[in-house]
Amino acid sequence: MADMKRLAGLVKELEDQLVACMRCGMCQAVCPVYAETGREADVARGKLALLDGLAREMFKDPRGVNERLMRCLLCGSCSANCPSGVRVLDIFVKARAILTGYMGLNPLKKVVFRGMLARPEFFDSLMEWGSKLQGIFIKPVDDLLGASCGRMLSPLGDRRIKALAPTAFHRSVKPMSTRPGASGLKVAFFVGCVIDKVFPDVGKAVIRALEHHGVGVHLPEEFACCGIPALSSGDSQAFSTMVRHNLEHFADERFDFLVTACATCTSTIRKLWPIMAEELSPEAREQVARIGARTLDISQFLVDKVGVLPVDFAGDEPEILITYHDPCHLKKSLGVASQPRALLRANPRYRFREMVEADRCCGMGGSFNLQHYDISEGIGKRKRENIVQSGCEVVATSCPACMLQMTDMLSKAGDRVQVKHAIEIYAESLSP
Amino acid sequence: MITKALVREFERLLGKENVFEDETDRATYSYDAAVLEPALPAIVLRPTSSEILGRVVALCNDNALPLTVRGAGTNLSGGTIPRAGGVVVLTNALNRILEINEEDLYAVVEPGVVTAKFAAAVEARGLFYPPDPGSQAVSTLGGNVAENAGGLRGLRYGVTRDYVMGLEFFDVNGERVKAGARTVKCVSGYNLGGLLVGSEGTLGVFDKIILKLIPMPPARKAMMAIFSDINKASETVSSIIANRIVPVTLEFMDSFTIRAVEDFSGAGLPLDAAALLLIEVDGHPVQVEEDAAKVESLCRNMGAVRIRVARDAAERDKVWEARRAALSALSRVKPTTVLEDATVPRSQIPAMIRSIEDIGRQYNLTIGTFGHAGDGNLHPTILTDKRNHEEWERVEKAIDAIFDRALALGGTLSGEHGIGTAKSRFLEKETSKATILYSRRIKAALDPKNILNPGKIIGD
Repeated sequence: MADMKRLAGLVKELEDQLVACMRCGMCQAVCPVYAETGREADVARGKLALLDGLAREMFKDPRGVNERLMRCLLCGSCSANCPSGVRVLDIFVKARAILTGYMGLNPLKKVVFRGMLARPEFFDSLMEWGSKLQGIFIKPVDDLLGASCGRMLSPLGDRRIKALAPTAFHRSVKPMSTRPGASGLKVAFFVGCVIDKVFPDVGKAVIRALEHHGVGVHLPEEFACCGIPALSSGDSQAFSTMVRHNLEHFADERFDFLVTACATCTSTIRKLWPIMAEELSPEAREQVARIGARTLDISQFLVDKVGVLPVDFAGDEPEILITYHDPCHLKKSLGVASQPRALLRANPRYRFREMVEADRCCGMGGSFNLQHYDISEGIGKRKRENIVQSGCEVVATSCPACMLQMTDMLSKAGDRVQVKHAIEIYAESLSP
Repeated sequence: MITKALVREFERLLGKENVFEDETDRATYSYDAAVLEPALPAIVLRPTSSEILGRVVALCNDNALPLTVRGAGTNLSGGTIPRAGGVVVLTNALNRILEINEEDLYAVVEPGVVTAKFAAAVEARGLFYPPDPGSQAVSTLGGNVAENAGGLRGLRYGVTRDYVMGLEFFDVNGERVKAGARTVKCVSGYNLGGLLVGSEGTLGVFDKIILKLIPMPPARKAMMAIFSDINKASETVSSIIANRIVPVTLEFMDSFTIRAVEDFSGAGLPLDAAALLLIEVDGHPVQVEEDAAKVESLCRNMGAVRIRVARDAAERDKVWEARRAALSALSRVKPTTVLEDATVPRSQIPAMIRSIEDIGRQYNLTIGTFGHAGDGNLHPTILTDKRNHEEWERVEKAIDAIFDRALALGGTLSGEHGIGTAKSRFLEKETSKATILYSRRIKAALDPKNILNPGKIIGD
């Protein structure tokens, strides 16, 4: 029991934030997981009450609390809609770290985070082999969406996954450090794991747009994962290793902004690095604060800093209907919603049409999709219906993880709707 | 006591996935939105059909198990906090709108339908369900009926009670009781619906609710009147009513609330104002123009320093955005937010507002006051930190003082939040010993084992 006391003490440190929840229950209106399950333990109010109970030593077994804490997409819908402004995500991420630290990390996750993600070079070569060998396990099923499904019995279930790209981004684009051109600006490009390994074309579109606007680019030789998979599983040790690794490749370089094309990487670097950097040295913490404050989504950079404007149509109406899905980590976490739409409108070939519930979570939530596929799929189906209802041929978004989920949902339903990143649409409009 | 055998029986009846026995899950049904201590239920059940709901009630009665029905758990007086060791019955799997009848202007719903979703479904047919409690985005109609919920439109359109045409509910034996009808007029039998509305789950378990609908008013107009003297603002409220104008909404905001809202949302509210009135009139376009003009000149005559009339939908939204932000803005000031709803006859609004100011000073507490001034229903909101015991004692004294003052002015303990357990000890003060005994005799006759949400309203 002495140990439970220690745990209660750790959770109590969150008390000042926990106490802000007045149990009004408004989070029930927006939580995508709760909409599927209707269980109070799945909504923020329930989880906050459980953490409060833990701090007050109401439970004998923290395992139950931890299990329920993990049933969350970390989409931030609750936070964005919370009347009393409870910083739900901060609390959950910290609580996961506390509980995981107390109970120990699941051995498989330990291998993935500490053995693979925290060692970028090894992870890269592993994925390269994976991309060569994946044909044994998966087969292409959908040309338009480029989706594959598992062959026979596979741990993938009936998911339609995007295969690893034959050549990862970091293999096809050389590291660079170019000077600012016409824009007078220089950015560091943080590619991120999913774009690097699954959607290298998105990364290439970013480079193309930056070069087109005369923006200097710092693309380091190597970068680690932003750390969110480890953090969302409560592995703050692996998280810190990843942050330190990234700092080595970005901190000393001179640049005006750090850009990413991944909503999750952007919000992790901007919002989670600073609050979870306690284990780092004072110098590293200072670097984290400096980089975090200058981290932007690519559309935010192009529209707000470079001045990309939507195109007005003179004669010919554009033919391709396109809609947009707001990644939670961009809109709810960072308030970025108009800029990616402006990018789409900057390509005269497309006509933009809003879908219903454009900012409703797609249900991906990273590893949530792996652990709770049934719930994730239920949430994803609602997104798929809204996309199809819009009547558009293309759905764009700003997060490669959302792209994976939407591809899975649309492909399974046999819909002829393409999934693209907003920057790909914009880059199409640029003369080569 | 719940035996293993009974748990298995519940599992057979509801399906294992709708029976929550794990301590962690149960803990998430131990509280509601009231600032009260939680109480851990022994089991939580989620019936998925009428038949199962009826069986659950009968089984609880057979085993003398206390039963608390829970919709969204947004209750502000502890009505959904269960008895420790009791049963919580969830309605969120009973959430179908069974009928919207456009010819006869009524709808039939299950108790777990979310208020805002219902209002939207009705509006899509050009009809109107006016009750709009602050929690409508999540609250359920069953909960609204059980608490007789109000909202911002009470002044002109009344409260939930005024829209309940009929009810079907289970008595403690799980037998179906029918009250009211689908007709405008109905005098067949006792007015059981009248007894059940606002009974906070103590007299029966709702199965179906028949709600009255009305046509959507074709026009509306909103305005904001700014006062440099709080008394002038509150006197304007009485004066509008006395001049036979009934706005849809007539909301008040004191200077503390104004500043909190402005800090929070930057909505452009006048920081130098002592009070604001937010007023909306609706109806036929010509009538709306006429009423709006009358209200405007009344406000001016009563001493409003400025009046902003919303010229379009966007400006109207801005007016209401400020009001909607009030509770959010206040709740961010301190960790604990105590939202009261003592209500007075509307002519007593000026006196009540003065009293709340005095009480805040007397007990040295931060109180922001806003609310439905037009129907005498203010929300003095005490901002505190429950962990500060010394201050909490003063908060409790201040609440008592607010109740006493409201009653002295001919008012009531609660306009719309219910009595629950939070205010049950004050009920005799408002009514009489005989009233409590009469109510307890009704309760004892209908629920001899005292299983239906015991302890609420009339104590044990």
